[in-house]
Amino acid sequence: MGDYIVELRNISKAFGKTHALTDVNFRVGRAEVVGLIGDNGAGKSTLIKIISGVIAPDSGEIYIRGKKVDNWSVAAARRAGIETVYQDKALAEQQTIARNIFMGRELTGFLGFIRGKDAYNEANRLMRDIGFTSKVFSPDSIVATLSGGEKQGVAIARALYFDATLIILDEPTTALSLTESEKVFGFVRQIKQRGCSAIFISHNIYHVYDVADRFVILDRGRVVMSAEKHEVPSADQLVKDLQDIARTGRRIE
Amino acid sequence: MLSRFIDRNRRPISAFVVLAVLLIAFTIANPKVFLNPQLYTAVFTSLPLSIILAVPLVFVIAAGEIDLAFPSVVGVAAWACALVIQAGGNHLFAVLAALSVGALAGLLNGLLVTRAKLSSLVSTLGMNFLLRGLINLGSRGEGIPLTAQLNDAPFRFIFAGELGPIPTQMLWAIAFAIVGVLLFNYHKFGAQVCCVGDNQESAREMGINVERVRTLTYVYVGIAAGLVAILSNALNLIFWPNTGDGFLLSTLAAVFVGGTPTWGGVGTVTGAVIGTFTVGFVTTGIIAAGLTGFWTQFFYGLIIILSLLGHRFNQPRYR
Ligand SMILES: Nc1ncnc2c1ncn2[C@@H]1O[C@H](COP(=O)(O)OP(=O)(O)O)[C@@H](O)[C@H]1O
Ligand SMILES: [Mg+2]
Repeated sequence: MGDYIVELRNISKAFGKTHALTDVNFRVGRAEVVGLIGDNGAGKSTLIKIISGVIAPDSGEIYIRGKKVDNWSVAAARRAGIETVYQDKALAEQQTIARNIFMGRELTGFLGFIRGKDAYNEANRLMRDIGFTSKVFSPDSIVATLSGGEKQGVAIARALYFDATLIILDEPTTALSLTESEKVFGFVRQIKQRGCSAIFISHNIYHVYDVADRFVILDRGRVVMSAEKHEVPSADQLVKDLQDIARTGRRIE
Repeated sequence: MLSRFIDRNRRPISAFVVLAVLLIAFTIANPKVFLNPQLYTAVFTSLPLSIILAVPLVFVIAAGEIDLAFPSVVGVAAWACALVIQAGGNHLFAVLAALSVGALAGLLNGLLVTRAKLSSLVSTLGMNFLLRGLINLGSRGEGIPLTAQLNDAPFRFIFAGELGPIPTQMLWAIAFAIVGVLLFNYHKFGAQVCCVGDNQESAREMGINVERVRTLTYVYVGIAAGLVAILSNALNLIFWPNTGDGFLLSTLAAVFVGGTPTWGGVGTVTGAVIGTFTVGFVTTGIIAAGLTGFWTQFFYGLIIILSLLGHRFNQPRYR
């Protein structure tokens, strides 16, 4: 039981007549990367917003580290070490990398002045940790000068700094080129090596296959497939399964 | 080392270049006047008030808003201050009255923008008229002479005296500007102001209270307006109902000439101070150079446009 960081049981959520989620069971283990896959509108974002406390479910239960929680909120999720990397425009582009990493949680000392050296060094360590090997960038670099993949890296570094145990990435590679996506996959591997868990959302199976340990496929608000990596021989097989599901509405479990 | 310094200070540096070029041009046009230290003493008497107003305006603009009401906030604060002095009240109380009336008016401006969700451009324009209207109604358009009360009072020497060759209001301005630079560049408040002006959704997701930060920038303007009101009363020894009116365009021009762009997220307090000097020297320079006052507006416009072009071509290059 306690092996799961998050467990959702029988979660349903409707927006008016749209059943975004119907009776969903979902869980994330320790140091596990879950690939959450599904078409646009399948309910992926709704699912993770329930985990990060942005949306309350209509029914169902949320367990955090084996304990049932009530009145789940963004603040409570943060305190529980759940950080979300939102897909678009998550950074203040004209600011430095360091300022973005500490945005809203500045490292301050005397009278609220920022401990600039500490922030610089911490940001620098974090960037190297997460695989920013390029000497071109320092914590003082302006975010607008980074590539899309590097920006995602900064957003992930920000999540990592505050000792997240679960990092949720909502379609982090959608707007990126292949080489840039590679960088993000690198970041996700880093997350795992640190013993953290992740939920990696995508509607592109090829983007998820390599980094995820387990795949959960959502279709029209229902979990239609859940498989460990070793149960799925290849990404192509996963694509075939998904096409079957789309065509027949069949469930594989 | 040097290139890093230049990179981090592009905007104030280019503002400084504009000022230097302007001074050189004026000196060539009229060396006698521009090499005379008395000219600078004269400029230093009037400039401090603009500097004090320009500093917090950088915060408002960097936070993605604008404040056009500050001239009338100076007006109401000066009025409150003058009423207390005229009634024979304690001068320390007059100082507190100016500062708190300024801060309250600023708070009101901020709340109209952040809570009532009005456009800052239009609502502060409206407040500028509204507050000035109140002063005119209340004072019936008449001034309040303060000479009798202030002539030998410490109030006058503290706010409009001289320390050696330096007017004390210049010292107030320098102190105010230094605090502004520290707040903007090294304090949590300045960092949050920039994040809010840069990307308010992201700032909110990261737990910054966007409305509170923006409101505080208006309160900051209000406090500056209160200080300017005090200095203005001490300097003129009379309160006029139009106190503060003349600052609107020249102070805003100084902020933009100094290198703070209009779109929010970035700004420079040092640049704004330099910009104030540039704008201040234009007026003095034109008259000293032997041109008629008719040239003033023309040169204002020219300097503003040239400065903006300068900043435009001096952006750090984005990949
Ligand atoms: N705030 C909302 N109000 C109304 N409908 C919503 C809202 N959020 C999501 N939906 C609907 O719920 C369904 C699932 O959306 P979402 O979870 O965003 O899907 P995904 O992230 O998988 O693309 C969609 O039909 C979407 O239109
Ligand atoms: Mg989505």
